Amino acid sequence: MLEKAKHFDPPETRFIAPGHTFGSITEKITSAVLTKRTPISWFIGFAVGFGLLQALMLGATWLLMRGVGLWGINQPAGWGFAIINFVWWIGIGHAGTLISAILLLFNQKWRMSISRAAEAMTIFAVMCAGLFPILHTGRPWLAAYWLFPYPNAMSLWPNFRSPLIWDVFAVSTYFTVSLVFWYTGLIPDLASLRDRTKHRLLQLFYGVLSLGWRGSARDWQRYELASLLLAGLSTPLVLSVHTVVSFDFATSLIPGWHATIFPPYFVAGAIYAGFAMVLTLMIPLRRIYGFEDFVTIRHLDNMAKVMLATGLIVFYGYQMEAFFAWYSANPYEWFMMTNRWTGPYAYLYWTLIFCNGVAPQALWFKRFRTKPLRLFGICMFVNVGMWLERFIIVPTSLSRDFLPSSWGMYHGTVWDWMIFVGTMGLFLTCFYLFIRVLPMLSIFEMRTLSPAATPKEESSHV
Amino acid sequence: MSEDATRAAETGASLYGLIAEFETVDKLLAAARRVHTEGFRKIDAYTPAPVHGLAEAMGYNDRRLSPLTLAGGVAGMLAGFMLCYWTSVIDYPINTGGRPLNSWPAFIVPTFETTILFAALSCFVGLIVLCGFPQPYHPVFNVPAVRERATSSGMFLAIEAEDPRFDRTATRQLLETAGAKDVYEVEA
Repeated sequence: MLEKAKHFDPPETRFIAPGHTFGSITEKITSAVLTKRTPISWFIGFAVGFGLLQALMLGATWLLMRGVGLWGINQPAGWGFAIINFVWWIGIGHAGTLISAILLLFNQKWRMSISRAAEAMTIFAVMCAGLFPILHTGRPWLAAYWLFPYPNAMSLWPNFRSPLIWDVFAVSTYFTVSLVFWYTGLIPDLASLRDRTKHRLLQLFYGVLSLGWRGSARDWQRYELASLLLAGLSTPLVLSVHTVVSFDFATSLIPGWHATIFPPYFVAGAIYAGFAMVLTLMIPLRRIYGFEDFVTIRHLDNMAKVMLATGLIVFYGYQMEAFFAWYSANPYEWFMMTNRWTGPYAYLYWTLIFCNGVAPQALWFKRFRTKPLRLFGICMFVNVGMWLERFIIVPTSLSRDFLPSSWGMYHGTVWDWMIFVGTMGLFLTCFYLFIRVLPMLSIFEMRTLSPAATPKEESSHV
Repeated sequence: MSEDATRAAETGASLYGLIAEFETVDKLLAAARRVHTEGFRKIDAYTPAPVHGLAEAMGYNDRRLSPLTLAGGVAGMLAGFMLCYWTSVIDYPINTGGRPLNSWPAFIVPTFETTILFAALSCFVGLIVLCGFPQPYHPVFNVPAVRERATSSGMFLAIEAEDPRFDRTATRQLLETAGAKDVYEVEA
C-alpha cells in the first residue's frame, strides 16, 4: 500500500522524501549540531546578528542614561516605535504556537518538520517584544512596582482594570508557556544528542538537559498526553495574547483605535506575520543544511496557503475599518480614514496596502507557492507590510486626534531605529545559537513520519 | 549459560533483567503483547518514537496528567481572581470612573492568563514527576546497544529480573521465540 503510494505521489505532495528510516532521520538532523564543521553561512549570519545586537546595547544603554526623550515620541504622539515594534514582534511569535499547538490538535502531520524552528522563533520574538514595554518605561527598575504584583514598601498594587497590566500577564504567560512547550518537545531529541555525541562535556550538557530520557513506552504515553494538554492550553492562549494586545488600543477612545474588529484582525495579522517569518527563516535554512527532504515543497505550499488565508482576513479588516469609519457617520472616524488615504502618512498607508493586500495575491498561483525564491520575496513584502500596519495604526491616529490645535507629527529618531534594528540582531543572534546547539527540526516527530514508525495493523486502516 | 551471564556471575554484578532488540515496530508490539499475556508485569519497551498502543499492550495506561492539569488550572483561576479582588477591593481600593470596586469583567484577562499558566506548569511538572525525572542513572544504559540505538533507531523490550515469572534461561527463550534479533543481559 505504502510502496504503491510512493510511486504515484508527485514530489510536491510529500511531507518527507521517501526512503528515510529512523536512523537516517536521526543522523541527518543531529549531524547539523554535532558536526565539527560549522557552515560558513552560519558564521556570516551570526556575525550580522551579533553586529546588529550592538546597536541594541548602545541604544538601550543611552536610553536608560538619558531617558525616553531620545525617542521621537512627543505630544500628541505619546506612543511610537516602542509599541509598534512590540506588536510586530509579538505577532511574529504567533505562527510558532499556531504550528505547534493548533495544528497538533488538528493532527496535521506537516507541522512536524517546521514546529521546532517555529517555536524557537516564537520564544526569541517574544523576548524581543518584551524588551519594548520594559524600555519604554525609561526607568525599568522603578517600573516593576506598577507592572508586577508584589507587596512593595509603598503598598501599591498594579491597576488590574488597565489593559497595560493585562498585557504584562498575557505576554509573560505566553513566554513561559511557550518556553515550557518548547523544552518539553526538546527532551527526547536532547536524549538523542546525548547518545550520539562522543564528546564528554557535550554528553554531560545534553545529558543534564534531557533529564534521563530513555524512550520508555510508559514515558512516551505520558509525554504524548502532556503534549496534547499543553497544545490544548496554548491554543486559547495564543488567541488571547494578541486579542489582549489589541485591547491596548481598542479600549481607548482615539479614532481608529476604538474598534471591535481589532481583536480578530490583530490575531489574523499575527498569524500572517508569523508565517511570513517562518518562511523567511526556513527557506534559506532548508537549502543551507540540505533539509529539502524534510521541509518539502509541500510544506512551503501549505504555509503559503495559510498566509494567503490570513492575509485575506487582514485585508478584509482594512476594508472593514474603512467601511465602519464611513458607516458610523462619526466625523472624527471618517477624518482619520481620509487622513490615512491622503494625509502625511498616506505614502506608508499605500505601501502597506501593496505589501499586505496586493502582493500576496500572487499566492493564489501555484507557481508562486511552490517556488522557494518567489515565496521568499512575497514573505519579505509581508514582513515589511505588517510592520507598516502597526505604524499606520499608531501615529496616524495619535497625531490627528479630536482637536486640530493639538495635532502633531511623529517620526522615529535614529535611537528608535537603532533599538528596532538592534532587536533584529538579538533575534538573529539567539536563532543562530539555537540552530548550532539544538536540533532545528524535531527529530522524534520526524521519525513518526517514517513508515517504520507505524504498526502494520494501524497503517492498514489509513 | 551464555557468555555475558557467566561474566556477570563472575564479576558479581547482579542482574536487572533481560532486554531484547527487535527489528520492526510490529515485532516489538507482538512481543510486548505476548510477554504481557504470559503474565509478566515488570516490563518496559524503549523506542525512539512514540508507538501508539505499545504502552496499552503492556498493560500501562497512565491518565493522571489530565486531572493534574485541571487542578492546576482551577488553582490558577482562583489565585488570579483572588489577586485582582484582594488588591483592587480590599487592600488598595480606588474608585475609578464610578465603576464598582469588584469590576469583575476587567479581572477576567489576568484570571484567564493565570489559569493557563498554572495549568501548563502543573502539566509540565506532573510529566517530570510521573516519569521520575530527572533520572541520572538507569540500568538499561549498561547495555551498549541501548546506549547506541534506543534514542535513534533501535526498538527494545525489557523484562526485569524482579518479575516473579522471571527465569534467566526461559525468559531469554521466550524473547527469542517472540522474534527478537538479539537478547542482552542488563546489569543492575
